[in-house]
Amino acid sequence: MVAIIDYGVGNLFSLKSSFAQIGADVVVTDDVEVLKKADHIILPGVGAFEDAARKLHDCGLDKILIEMAHSGKLIMGICLGMQLLFEKSYEYGEHEGLGLIKGSVRPIEDVIPKDYKIPHIGWNALDFKGEKSPLFSGISEGDHVYFVHSFYASDCDDAVIATSEYGADLTAAVAYKNVYGCQFHPEKSGNTGLAILKAFVEMKEGDLC
Amino acid sequence: MITKRIIPCLDVRDGRVVKGVNFEGLHDVSSPVSLAKFYSDNGADELVFYDITASSDGRKLFTDILCETAKSVFIPLTVGGGINTVDDFDRVLKCGADKVSVNSGAIRNPDLIYEAAKLYGDQCVVLSADVKRVDGVFRIFAKGGRENTGMEAIEWIKRCVGNGAGEVVVNSIDTDGVKQGFDLEMLQAVCDAVSVPVIASGGAGGIDDFITLFNTLPKVDAGLAASIFHFGEVKISDLKAEMKKANIPTRL
Repeated sequence: MVAIIDYGVGNLFSLKSSFAQIGADVVVTDDVEVLKKADHIILPGVGAFEDAARKLHDCGLDKILIEMAHSGKLIMGICLGMQLLFEKSYEYGEHEGLGLIKGSVRPIEDVIPKDYKIPHIGWNALDFKGEKSPLFSGISEGDHVYFVHSFYASDCDDAVIATSEYGADLTAAVAYKNVYGCQFHPEKSGNTGLAILKAFVEMKEGDLC
Repeated sequence: MITKRIIPCLDVRDGRVVKGVNFEGLHDVSSPVSLAKFYSDNGADELVFYDITASSDGRKLFTDILCETAKSVFIPLTVGGGINTVDDFDRVLKCGADKVSVNSGAIRNPDLIYEAAKLYGDQCVVLSADVKRVDGVFRIFAKGGRENTGMEAIEWIKRCVGNGAGEVVVNSIDTDGVKQGFDLEMLQAVCDAVSVPVIASGGAGGIDDFITLFNTLPKVDAGLAASIFHFGEVKISDLKAEMKKANIPTRL
């Protein structure tokens, strides 16, 4: 079972529909018992980092997520959910993340040329880094995925499995042991996105990247 | 490299897709759900659903269709038409919309964009501007292009972007339905004025018009059209293959 964490951030309709489309048994939940039973956990998120981190903390799911990650459960963060996996974010101040992956979240304006528009919005190609991640088993390098973001994960070279070029190589996807993250929206990235979600749900606990 | 987006627009009334020429003379074309799926399968980068329903029954039908579409189509969906309050944003976002486009609603209530952007983020709020030349000046029109608001268009667009609109759809009433190409002069003026993505609408008659658009105005991010796609005059897969040949960044 795939459990999408419902902590009051963003709309989960499309995300849920995309897992249903690939034939996964999917629930949207904030129930700790359901999360513990799930084989795959999705941490979604849109909006501001500080607000999302606080909501996750307020419902006590931050500690649960950290416990589950350390116990080997397969977890994937999407968009802001990916950014929350890192140690900290410099989005309007300095805020603590879950610390499951080493690195920090910074404004893309720090690294892209001045004439590039912010947010980075639209379809961009994935450039794989290092050995091809099992997350990409169903897609090819150069396939396009849909991005909407103004901040990016930085100082996390060891975990980067794909980047996208937007005047700079922006972190597109990360993996560290059993924890995965996509800056882009696989649920809005057509067949490429669905293939990424399928690869994730086909992973089994103990399959490490 | 970020690619140029091709966006079919589906005007929906009473659960069916319609498209007018110069906003009049509507023709029934097809079922929104099947057309959306067809476009997605053929390479559309995004879809716009425009609700032109007047009745509340029709509005319910529209949101049902939106939900059904979002269950089987996995590309970004923008919804416009009848968006007057933050509750309207909530209504369509819950049904799987990713972005919400405001037009007359923002003219009636200039705080709408600011309020919605604060709640859902700038990336969620799209300003749709119907623009027409009146005595050589770009003016904003309301009510589906029927009413001249008297507002100068570039100033209005700048103000809305300042309030939090994350993208701007520029629909030239002068070129809409004429099929002689996009309104490059108008689009240039908007691109010079704002730094958010600009989506060109109105005037596409064939593949060459898109090539000319992206080659002439590299700051335009996307091209939107309706009837040429609905009636099969331009196939999205052919259009994108030609864009690729012309070295325009394209997702195939």
